[in-house]
Amino acid sequence: MYKVKVFVTLKESVLDPQGTAVKGSLHRMEYNEVQDVRIGKYLELTIEEGVENLDKRVAEMCEKLLSNPVIEDYRYEVEEVVAQ
Amino acid sequence: MRFAVIVFPGSNCDIDMFHAVKDELGAEAEYVWHDESNLDRFDGILLPGGFSYGDYLRTGAIAQFSNVMDEVKKAAQAGKPVLGVCNGFQILLETGLLPGAMRRNESLKFICKPEKLQVVNAETMFSSSYEQGEEITIPIAHGEGNYYCDEETLKQLEKENRIVFRYKNNPNGSISDIAGIMNERGNVLGMMPHPERAVSGLLGSDDGLKLFQSIVKSWRENHVLSS
Repeated sequence: MYKVKVFVTLKESVLDPQGTAVKGSLHRMEYNEVQDVRIGKYLELTIEEGVENLDKRVAEMCEKLLSNPVIEDYRYEVEEVVAQ
Repeated sequence: MRFAVIVFPGSNCDIDMFHAVKDELGAEAEYVWHDESNLDRFDGILLPGGFSYGDYLRTGAIAQFSNVMDEVKKAAQAGKPVLGVCNGFQILLETGLLPGAMRRNESLKFICKPEKLQVVNAETMFSSSYEQGEEITIPIAHGEGNYYCDEETLKQLEKENRIVFRYKNNPNGSISDIAGIMNERGNVLGMMPHPERAVSGLLGSDDGLKLFQSIVKSWRENHVLSS
């Protein structure tokens, strides 16, 4: 079995109003060392063993549904999970 | 003229849309469930507002893969008018029938109030009953209506006169004050404000009615007068 961890973030060029609000709050709490906050999504996919072209398929999933390429970037990590 | 009002799990402006078209405009309308696989019997497609599939993942992201969306794409290709309002607009963006994407409102607040719009292009099948430059009042109700597209797309939209409505006082941070855009061919319109909620004086404004009247006018010119 594989566990695929997908991280979806807004592109650098796209303003992140949620992140900006959280940064403001951190500054009010006097964590002034925080220069920027960007908020994204974290998804975990559990995928059956022995899938062919796993990378290609995950990339497709990310491009077609899990992220919106107009405003978002994605990256993912694949972990092999040994059944207990 | 017969309209389909597409209903997704989570649509909540479908009844308003149906009422606007059937009762105020006097056209025929039918609710169509999201797994329907034939829209041939309709002349116009309406994607109402709401929270399709609970807005899970992103607004409109899951709805784009409904059965009915293949049919909506076909209708768009056939040149039938397709109108997406609010969540319907978000679905059109996710489907790629219109360019761009939606971000959270700049204020991070859900905004629900009447908003002044300018009719930027009154020569479309959705706006021909308005005057060019006319100021109209249509309510908005959204948390994620901050329209975004890249510079190149924006230039193209402007050059091809595809921005149909602009906000007078941009409420959500949309690029270039955009409230509604159409596709290259001019038969697919997406807009965040709700024209179906402004169809009689009783509702505070009937400025939205002309939008639906424009669609019918264009349809009649193409189908009734020519036959």
